[in-house]
Amino acid sequence: MIEIEGITKRYDATTVVDNVSMVIEPRTIAVIVGTSGSGKTTLLRMINRLVEPTSGIIKLDGADNRSVPGYELRRSIGYAIQGHGLFPHRTVAQNIATVPVLLGWDKARIEARVDELMTLYQLDPQEFGPRYPHELSGGQQQRVGVARALAAEPNVLLMDEPFGALDPIIRAKAQEDLLAIQKRFGTTIILVTHDMEEAVHMGDKIAVMDGGKLVQYARPAEILANPASGFVETLVGASERPFRLLSLGRVRDAVEQGSAEGEAIPGDASQRDALAELLWSGKPALPVKGADGKPLGRVTVDGLVKRAARPR
Amino acid sequence: MKAWLPLLLRLALVVLLLAFITSPGWFEPLLKPLTENNAPAIYNQGSLLTLTLLHLRTVLIATVAATIVAVALAILVTRPAGAEFLPLSRSLVNIGQTFPPVAVLALAVPAVGFGEKPTLIALFLYGLLPIFENALTGLTTLPANVVEAARGAGMTGWQRLTKVELPLSAPIILGGIRLSVVISLATATIGSTVAARTLGEVIIAGLLSNNLAFILQGGLIVAALAVLIYDGLSAVERYAARRMGREAE
Repeated sequence: MIEIEGITKRYDATTVVDNVSMVIEPRTIAVIVGTSGSGKTTLLRMINRLVEPTSGIIKLDGADNRSVPGYELRRSIGYAIQGHGLFPHRTVAQNIATVPVLLGWDKARIEARVDELMTLYQLDPQEFGPRYPHELSGGQQQRVGVARALAAEPNVLLMDEPFGALDPIIRAKAQEDLLAIQKRFGTTIILVTHDMEEAVHMGDKIAVMDGGKLVQYARPAEILANPASGFVETLVGASERPFRLLSLGRVRDAVEQGSAEGEAIPGDASQRDALAELLWSGKPALPVKGADGKPLGRVTVDGLVKRAARPR
Repeated sequence: MKAWLPLLLRLALVVLLLAFITSPGWFEPLLKPLTENNAPAIYNQGSLLTLTLLHLRTVLIATVAATIVAVALAILVTRPAGAEFLPLSRSLVNIGQTFPPVAVLALAVPAVGFGEKPTLIALFLYGLLPIFENALTGLTTLPANVVEAARGAGMTGWQRLTKVELPLSAPIILGGIRLSVVISLATATIGSTVAARTLGEVIIAGLLSNNLAFILQGGLIVAALAVLIYDGLSAVERYAARRMGREAE
């Protein structure tokens, strides 16, 4: 659990982060959204003390983050940044091993952990381990960057626009990978982005920041349904709202009794994808199948349209 | 065919240089036309090989000392605690460069006496600037997100310096050392005016006895050394740049 209590950061006369308080539940993903200059990155960097706050306290699992030296704190918190920041003079395996080496793990344990993470990220340890970062593609570099952040099994992972430099297709894949890995390790993730789409997709909760202030901190559905201010509403994008709302739900939860003709939609797909599929096929309903391929029922345009309406 | 030509030229130069400093007698017929009144064509007051080695030793000692001091200074002023010394150290190093080595020799002799010492002082001061400036450039133009990642991973200041900052700026620092060495190789010759044993001895002997052959052989050996060492250090630099993943820059 991360408790941020009344955190303020001032540089001379400018207040970058203004009295922000929020609690991030363990094993969840909190996404901080805002325009550039909103203070979102500064807030993130105060959690691992790359920036020292002017006032306020940040507690990690109840302990003040100033109770250990900054470098020790940072070894216990994963940190992944935009453009990965891999060490160009070190191999992929050495990059991933950075924090375990700093912590003095023994060689066998480091090797096992590096192999585990590389396998998890679909990078063959034999093939990619000895390579240098500039020999990898952008997507591979990004994966190594996240693997490095996770190497020492941190409970908390901070990510600053980690997918910012990726093209849309690789980006979607990277987001799915992160969600899968978060489930597997139960890591608490705080992710900074300027992309509301990403925030709605990834976040258990979304914190919207504007001009250093925390404007709203709530579940994605709540942010979409009841934006706290005009700024949040703009950020959400009025024309995107119904679709973003649909993207939060799974087809499985919108299944109706009955059957329909056509290509079955997997129950794990998002309701937004299902609606797109329905509209594109020109059919009023399509069958839904479970993970095992058994039919679950059908999904209809009418049913989905009702779900896309503003929650009351 | 083009690829091996530079290599062949270098090899030829090395062979020629070694042959000249070990058996200068072989080249006597070539240099004889440059002398008058039956003067000797080959330097006869000491072995060219010994002088070359002493010359190189002087340059090596001065460069190693200049490298240690310049890099240490650059590290100091790029730390947060030392930032305010940046202008001061810049002007100090600049003075070292603008002060003519001859003047340094003249000032140093009364203090430390004749011989190798005043030459070492002059070369040391003269060699500081290129190394310092390059080390400064290297340490201040590191990719920001790499330095950020090093901090974020929990490296201490010392670990960041030794594991990330110095390795990544090594190619640029090497460039400074290369410049400094080449300048020192040429400048070391004037050390012989205060009785340092360098190849300058040959040139000065030639000037005193109006012997063009002496001047030429002294000058050519220094020039050949400079070209070869410049070339060798460039290769090391390129290797380091590739190794540090900075080749694209």
